[in-house]
Amino acid sequence: MNIPAFGDSLITYLIIAALLFGIGFYGLVQRRTLIGMLIAGELILAGASINFMAFNRFLSPDPTVGQIFTLFIMGIAAAEAAIALSIIIAVYRNFRTIDVEDVAELKG
Amino acid sequence: MVPLFSAEGLSSLIFIFIVMTTVLGAVIATHSERLIRAVTGLAITCIGVAGLYYYLRSPFVALMEMLIYVGAVCVTIVFAVMLADPKPDESAEKGNVFTGPLSFVLGISIFWGLAALAGKTAWVLPVARKNDGSLEEVGKSLLTNYSMVFELISIVLLVAIIGSLVLARQGRTRTGGQS
Repeated sequence: MNIPAFGDSLITYLIIAALLFGIGFYGLVQRRTLIGMLIAGELILAGASINFMAFNRFLSPDPTVGQIFTLFIMGIAAAEAAIALSIIIAVYRNFRTIDVEDVAELKG
Repeated sequence: MVPLFSAEGLSSLIFIFIVMTTVLGAVIATHSERLIRAVTGLAITCIGVAGLYYYLRSPFVALMEMLIYVGAVCVTIVFAVMLADPKPDESAEKGNVFTGPLSFVLGISIFWGLAALAGKTAWVLPVARKNDGSLEEVGKSLLTNYSMVFELISIVLLVAIIGSLVLARQGRTRTGGQS
């Protein structure tokens, strides 16, 4: 019995990254609460990071660049999550909801 | 192709399991009605992504993924869910055109386009590697080539901490109390 060695081909990782990006985009459009949209955004960032790591492993002449870029993406994502969550808390305090349809002062 | 009952076959099986974990977590994160389950799905996805990083020969980045995403970001989102107390949304009756099948079509078409692009491109393999990409090399280039970015991201994190504290504090009365 044989099994393909999926972990050693670039295209596998690219397809996984594209799948994560697609699911994240779907969630970002479809979700109606701010926290749900934030979670979908984290999925999109994870897809981008997998792309960077795959290119780093298979194609890059200098195999440290992708790892460093992924570490920076993680740092930026952590800062972004902290800021976004405190904004969400402030929105909840003003509107008593985090539904994106209800958070509107100008009706039109 | 590798034989199934060998070390390579076993690692290939574990790889398939990790990929399924990642995709399943992503589906949970976008499809569950309660937000706390969506956060759990995000944590499962991040564990799977850490496994993928391990297969891409960088265990340090895998460890950082577990530490930052599962340990910090997911816990922060759980705290925000508890503070904001979102109701399980009744999204079916008052959704607009984007929240229905159109978003599904958009996601599928983006996935299809990216995957087809990745499959059709002729990737150029590198002729020579400058180093082996180990943790030691990462540390060296982090403190030589990328030291400016390293300093900048520390400033960004500091500003983010102070800014989130200021944002979360606004609207509270100074005397505390019951407001």
